[in-house]
Amino acid sequence: MLAKRIIPCLDVRDGRVVKGVKFRDHEDVGDIVKLARRYAREGADELVFYDIAASARGDTVEPEWVSRVAREIDIPFCVAGGIRSVEDARARLFAGADKISINTPALENPDLIDTLAREFGSQCIVLGVDSRIIDGAWRVHQFTGDPDKTLTDHRKTLDWVREGIERGVGEVVLNCMDMDGVRDGYDIEQLAAVRAVCSTPLIASGGAGRKEHFKSVFELANVDGALAASVFHKGVIEIGDLKAYLGDEGLRVRP
Amino acid sequence: MTIGLIDTGCANIASVRFALERAGLDHVVVRDPSETGDCDRLILPGVGAAGAAMARLDERGWPEAFRTDDRPLLGICLGMQLLFEHSAEGDVDTLGLIPGRVEKLPLTEGLVWPHMGWNALQAFASDEPLLRHVSLGEYAYFVHGFYAPVGPATVAQADYGAEVSAIVRSGHIAGCQFHPERSGRVGARILSNFASC
Repeated sequence: MLAKRIIPCLDVRDGRVVKGVKFRDHEDVGDIVKLARRYAREGADELVFYDIAASARGDTVEPEWVSRVAREIDIPFCVAGGIRSVEDARARLFAGADKISINTPALENPDLIDTLAREFGSQCIVLGVDSRIIDGAWRVHQFTGDPDKTLTDHRKTLDWVREGIERGVGEVVLNCMDMDGVRDGYDIEQLAAVRAVCSTPLIASGGAGRKEHFKSVFELANVDGALAASVFHKGVIEIGDLKAYLGDEGLRVRP
Repeated sequence: MTIGLIDTGCANIASVRFALERAGLDHVVVRDPSETGDCDRLILPGVGAAGAAMARLDERGWPEAFRTDDRPLLGICLGMQLLFEHSAEGDVDTLGLIPGRVEKLPLTEGLVWPHMGWNALQAFASDEPLLRHVSLGEYAYFVHGFYAPVGPATVAQADYGAEVSAIVRSGHIAGCQFHPERSGRVGARILSNFASC
């Protein structure tokens, strides 16, 4: 049977790893390759790199660091941020990324999902969804890389996840914005609701603060992977310890 | 020892190339069979769809070349699936080097599709050279929606709703459904084993 995946997320800006709270106030936490290598060694199952400013700037991630990472690490990784075309996707996949994640460009042009899935196969197309409660419903946000440009999209999160899967994504990362960076636990209720409509792998993002939060999200929302950033970057949780704990709690993890 | 890494033009070969570099294994990228003169073994990597990949292989004359070649060949992921006779992905005839057909993974209650993530290598043949110094239950990284059901060529399997062929072998031709280039220490071991078997 499959192991539950532990996925450190590295927000990238200008070739460095940064981390903010609720998408603001980014601080520098280190060099991309150095952190990637450290996490791979500590037992991370996968890595996600988000170029947090690329969507807002309207340009795309620089493939140069993608191949630097691919050269160094022996676990899968996903690249996100401003991928708007087949050419953008191809550059990253051919540089060695295992998957690409699309968010804002898919909202602006949903046909992009179909095109990418046809060209590269669903297995390497991930739908990133930034979601929070607005007017009593979970809705999708856009342009979260730059606070000045944030705008509310009216799509409902559950509808958008269903549509993305119909169009061909092979995985969904649900980032629960209300929980992001505050380390109060994952948004179990929302993740469980999305799980019910999500037939592809589902990755939880936003809110990890303690080891127990990972256990809860795997057991209660039945997600396939859990993503976290600050708790790993700041050494609050060590990946080896986390996996030993989850294994002791009866969850299947890769040692 | 030189490994020829086959570039079909539609697959990401960077990951495999980097993995061979990390393992210190000599390799060259080859685009058609005439470029393999210096190679003593071949890797057929694969990402993407079966139909498109077969069309590219046909263009370059690979199917005929494989039929008469006796060098060790390792297919990875889609590259492994292409070794069989037919794929349900696009309903295409494939290389036919190993008897059997590739089917769509059944949609099973409680399991998501595709099969994506780290899964344990279950029952396997202890004399399989690719698995030297690999233990039962070690994890490898899988990403696929179609699969080769367990058959006579299966030498290692993984469980995902169905019994999935994880490694297959027929004589000098072998394949891994998982990605050794992304399977950490276990994957590096399997690539090194391929280079020395």
